[in-house]
Amino acid sequence: MTTREHDASVYEQVQRSSEFQELKSRFRRWTFPMTAAFLVWYLLYVVLSGWARDFMGIKLLGDINVGLILGLLQFVTTFLIAWAYSRHAGKKLDPIADKLRHEVEEKTK
Amino acid sequence: MSSTTLATILFLVFVAATLGITFWASRQTKTAADYYAGGRSFSGVQNGLAIGGDYMSAASFLGIAGIIALSGYDGFLYSIGFLVAWLVALLLVAELMRNSGKFTMADVLAFRMSPRPVRTAAGVSTIVVSIFYLLAQMVGAGALVGLLLGITSEAGKIWTIVAVGALMIVYVVFGGMKGTTWVQIVKAVLLMTGAALVTVLVLGKFGFNLSALLGQAAATSGPKANPDSFLIPGLKYGTEAQGIAGKIDLISLGLALVLGTAGLPHILIRFYTVPTAKDARKSVLWGIGIIGVFYLLTLVLGFGAAALVGREAIVAQDPGGNTAAPLLALRIGEEIFGSVGGTLLLAFIGAVAFATILAVVAGLTLASSSSFAHDLYAHVFRRGQASERQEVVVARISALVIGAVAIGLSILAQSQNVAFLVALAFAVAASGNLPAILYSLFWKRFNTTGAVSAIYGGLLSALVLVIFSPVVSGSKAALFKDADFAWFPLSNPGIVSIPLGFLCGWLGTILSKEYNAAKYAEIEVRSLTGVGAEKAADH
Repeated sequence: MTTREHDASVYEQVQRSSEFQELKSRFRRWTFPMTAAFLVWYLLYVVLSGWARDFMGIKLLGDINVGLILGLLQFVTTFLIAWAYSRHAGKKLDPIADKLRHEVEEKTK
Repeated sequence: MSSTTLATILFLVFVAATLGITFWASRQTKTAADYYAGGRSFSGVQNGLAIGGDYMSAASFLGIAGIIALSGYDGFLYSIGFLVAWLVALLLVAELMRNSGKFTMADVLAFRMSPRPVRTAAGVSTIVVSIFYLLAQMVGAGALVGLLLGITSEAGKIWTIVAVGALMIVYVVFGGMKGTTWVQIVKAVLLMTGAALVTVLVLGKFGFNLSALLGQAAATSGPKANPDSFLIPGLKYGTEAQGIAGKIDLISLGLALVLGTAGLPHILIRFYTVPTAKDARKSVLWGIGIIGVFYLLTLVLGFGAAALVGREAIVAQDPGGNTAAPLLALRIGEEIFGSVGGTLLLAFIGAVAFATILAVVAGLTLASSSSFAHDLYAHVFRRGQASERQEVVVARISALVIGAVAIGLSILAQSQNVAFLVALAFAVAASGNLPAILYSLFWKRFNTTGAVSAIYGGLLSALVLVIFSPVVSGSKAALFKDADFAWFPLSNPGIVSIPLGFLCGWLGTILSKEYNAAKYAEIEVRSLTGVGAEKAADH
């Protein structure tokens, strides 16, 4: 099992490297707060649906009311967050991840 | 020609085409990676379509359109949870799982933990979640055929369940992941086409004025005393009559929907069918786009049925509203193209509904048989000593057995109201699987006891709470109407069982000293960089 131990130590070295720490923090700093944000926004919408029905029923445009607009906004924010994540990942995460992957694959050959 | 004959013909064309695909896929399926993960050779777009195909079940197509048609806004509210849930999968799960796993959900957990207990727990949970979901779909198929094809006899329903089950077994046993994925892709394209076509016709009738559509829907199908209440939440979930418990139940349902998707085994194994984590990301992006647009179409279909078909006609055919979308297709087709057009459109939508059911049950059977063969047989019973060939043979046999068990259970349950099983599957996935996956990817200290406690804790608390809830006993709509052993006031266990699952995972972890820093370093580096990730097969 010497090769496995060798691999493991390579992984620990990479884990300690400043580049990997930068990758990890860029990933977590973006996805964790964003996850919290969209969950809170979704729960707010559900809570309003349960406890603020008069508010949800305020008509804005003909028969289109606040509730419908808030629901459609959930679609809009979902699409936007998905798009923003793919941009963030493509620009800020993929370059470091690709570089580290090549480095480790060289070392573990 | 009647629409039922035409629907049958269209459906048979779909069956013939998908069987052709299955035959082709079976000749391409040689290795375990082929069988479990389609050779990891699907593109992001293809897998995105397949994600849509796996996810947009009959419950979401016919079910949500039906809820909107009968209860207005609440059906829309339901669909939003299903969509937002995909952000959890995109941001936290899809790419990291693709990088660190191989064939099943358990691969990620077993990576740095004692494999046998963890794989046993994950295998049990995968099979339980998939069987619940499978039952709900197959019983639904039995009921639908009566409505769509005019077969109302008990024998007819049973034969439908058997036929759907047999087809699903053939897809999975012979086609493996490759065949099943293509079935999902074809179905997703058909479903989107059908839904978009009817939506455009409905909107066209209202001069593309959404407000006019909503107004007529509320006037035609809303409560006579207060038509406007049709356009706000509260006619179905958390009604004022149910008081505070009903509203907490609504939140509980919302939590299970939004957190359950990223723990559903048949969704998780989709991420393994693409060559890299970037493709997994791309496939979820496509999936979100397709599923989002689909629910927007469903909004129009539901309100369109409420406006043009009307509550009375919908309830007359099915009190649950499941045929609202097909009825709408018939009505709008007749109005615009005459009776032949109506017949054609109804037949098309009916055939699409069956294609939808078939594709979803195939995905579920694949997920549960993969987990049985890869987790329980190969790693627990044979302690990793099984050859790849043996594993695939066992996977095929278990697909046959699980399919047969699902057919049997569905026949037994076919006169029961089992719609709650879908929400229960989401609750179990959110309470047991999601905590285990998230802890395992992000928490250094997490260990075997923690993973096992999270899965069993979440699974059992969701199950026990549902058994003692009003959906099983003590209410008019309960599974056992005449008994009353309910003490849990909510129909949806999520608000209690999800925190309990996370708590069990945390408690189990800190109560055990075990923990492997080197292995965590490896999974952390692998999951974020893709080092050592499984490659696509070359062929």
